Amino acid sequence: MKLKKILMTGSFLVAASASTAFAADCSIESGRLSIVGNEFPAIQTVARNAQECEGLTEAKANLTADHQKINLAGMQGNPAEYTTAIVANSSIVALINEDVIRPLDDLVAAYGQDIPRNQLITINGEIMAVAFMANAQHLVYRKDILEQIGVEPPKTYEEMLAAAEKIRAEGILEHPLGGPYMAGWNLAQEFINMYIGHGGEFYEPGTATVSINNEAGVATLEMLKALSEYMNPDFLTHDSNGTSAEWEAGNVALMNMWGSRTGVLMDAEGSTPEVYENTMVGAPMTVGGNDTPASTLWWDGWTVAKNISDEDAEATFKAMKHGISPAILNDETMGQAVWMIEGYQPAAVNEGVFSAISMQTTPYPMLPHHGLLHTALGDNIADFLQGKESAEQTLSDIEAAYTTAAREKGFIN
Amino acid sequence: MKHSAFFWFTLPSAIAMLLFIFFPIVSVVVQSLYVAHEQVIVEVENCGPFGCTTATAIDQEATAALREEQPLGRFAGLEIYTDRNHLAVDEFGQLWAQSTGVGDFIGRLMNLPFYKAIGFTLTYTFIVTPLTIILGFIIAVAVNSAARALRGPMIFFSLLPMIVTPLVGSLILFWMVDARGILGTALRALADDPSLSVKADTGLMWIMLMVYGVWHSAPFAFIVYYAGLQTVNTDTLEAARIDGASRWQQIRHVVIPHLLPLTTFIALIQLMDNFRVFEPIVSFNASAHATSLSWAIYNDLGGETQQLSSAAATSVLTILGVAILLSPVLIRTWRDYGKTA
Repeated sequence: MKLKKILMTGSFLVAASASTAFAADCSIESGRLSIVGNEFPAIQTVARNAQECEGLTEAKANLTADHQKINLAGMQGNPAEYTTAIVANSSIVALINEDVIRPLDDLVAAYGQDIPRNQLITINGEIMAVAFMANAQHLVYRKDILEQIGVEPPKTYEEMLAAAEKIRAEGILEHPLGGPYMAGWNLAQEFINMYIGHGGEFYEPGTATVSINNEAGVATLEMLKALSEYMNPDFLTHDSNGTSAEWEAGNVALMNMWGSRTGVLMDAEGSTPEVYENTMVGAPMTVGGNDTPASTLWWDGWTVAKNISDEDAEATFKAMKHGISPAILNDETMGQAVWMIEGYQPAAVNEGVFSAISMQTTPYPMLPHHGLLHTALGDNIADFLQGKESAEQTLSDIEAAYTTAAREKGFIN
Repeated sequence: MKHSAFFWFTLPSAIAMLLFIFFPIVSVVVQSLYVAHEQVIVEVENCGPFGCTTATAIDQEATAALREEQPLGRFAGLEIYTDRNHLAVDEFGQLWAQSTGVGDFIGRLMNLPFYKAIGFTLTYTFIVTPLTIILGFIIAVAVNSAARALRGPMIFFSLLPMIVTPLVGSLILFWMVDARGILGTALRALADDPSLSVKADTGLMWIMLMVYGVWHSAPFAFIVYYAGLQTVNTDTLEAARIDGASRWQQIRHVVIPHLLPLTTFIALIQLMDNFRVFEPIVSFNASAHATSLSWAIYNDLGGETQQLSSAAATSVLTILGVAILLSPVLIRTWRDYGKTA
């Protein structure tokens, strides 16, 4: 995994330096472009293409998995270090809370009339970001193993548990399930998926007062625990990368995984043909007899910093618009994501995310205080999964931790 | 020394200490006494590729006005220190009243984030520090009695754990104890228990973190002791040998007393370092089993919504913890040396 990342960064640098030869005309006269964002193939493609624009006085990108820890600080100065941040529907909230990104209505009116309406993210009527790809967690399964036990790909988590039991009973795999259950952000995300699947509401309507200590909350925790009993006992230390490695090693038959990471599982690298040829994606699963999938929908998009000159903002807008234009799609980039770009043709690997959209999966909540709940969830759920305390105790710990933090941040009294 | 010469001599370091140590600490203390403004929330409609939803957002104009008025936020006094995520004064009292015994009380207390963190931090500090000192001393004596030609390579290898970057060092161990790693598999075979996993068991995880801590800091104790061993008075040792002292008696009655001041020094540094244990928890992904005060600060700052005041309060509590921890050693040092000066 690591080596691959290094190689990818290397080829990215080579491509970036070579790209000056193919500089694109984005009708920019002058101005600065400085990108901060997450690091995966689709975002690297967008950043590389944006940097190709002619006329930029400065063009650079800082793509890292730790982007959330640096983007806010890098945009609070005046002028801001980063002229654009590539964010998702969860991470844009922190930037809006601190008022460091600018409304894009003027720029869209002047230079972005051709951007499809559904790519524009509006908050309170103002355009705050331009989305370019969709993402969701959904089922990934091993076709050969399911055929061996004679079971259809599961549509619900209950069916997933039954399949797991069968795989274990037949002695095929000891730990047939997988999932990014690492204590912290990942585990909290699994709770949010499952709680939405159980039809739970996170807050008392119209307030920031948390309310998860209820039947849906208990059912959610119990389902997570039931699933974890079929996982590698180290599951609390496995993030998406760790889970992908387990998958590629052939140790897992069923898991709930990010759409943006399935391409890596289905390519010929890092695994044996037995595994990657039999890796299939399915729709997100439901739970407890509900219709809402136990998953969340995500978009990735770009923003423009507030604390920069209008000239830089214009240049950044035009360059980023070029970075997500239909021109960037080719054989290599087509399968990197579920692009919202015109001319995109879905591949088999993207079916999971499309099913998530067509099943009307709930988008991840965009609330100013939700990040605090996410942190509180991540800090406390592991206690229950390890059998240290009851579900009610864990839920009340989460509520208490969130309430304390939300009071400190001024969201509740 | 003349007063003016002393003044000019110490001025640069005094300025540096003020700028880089004193003022930052003052700013952290001030930060910990303030909380964010009451958020002005407005209902908004968010639209995107997946349709429109009604949500809430922060009213930026109103917030800007509040910030203009009170740039630091609302004054909260010690409220953050006493809240549930820190000293949890109210919860502490309730638990005390509800518990059936001391064991039960401690068990329930460990459910509160601050006490959970301090529980591990103190256990780590008080187990790793003495073991580091003992192991460092043993290595130093062993290297010192080796043949001269061997000492160079032995010193180099003994120092390796300290030379390796902490994150890299702990990642290597992390992979080795993985259920499918070389140490993990060996442990399973030894214990004859196929379900044994170091990363899944809180007790084993604590042991692994402490083993890593000793492995990583023993070279520091070793190199200090090794330097000290070069200054042991050979006349005294020879006299002891003539008096018929065994090797152990020489170490017990000549070497150890000679190295005692160094032990104080190593203990001071190690207590401070171990109380701030952080890297192994992050690189072992151990936060489900063990948290420390430094990890709590990192966790407050690393979330999508940064909790600056909470992190500041934990930082101040860490500084107080280090001060309390070091006070016995400092008082002792002052008694031994301060009086004669």
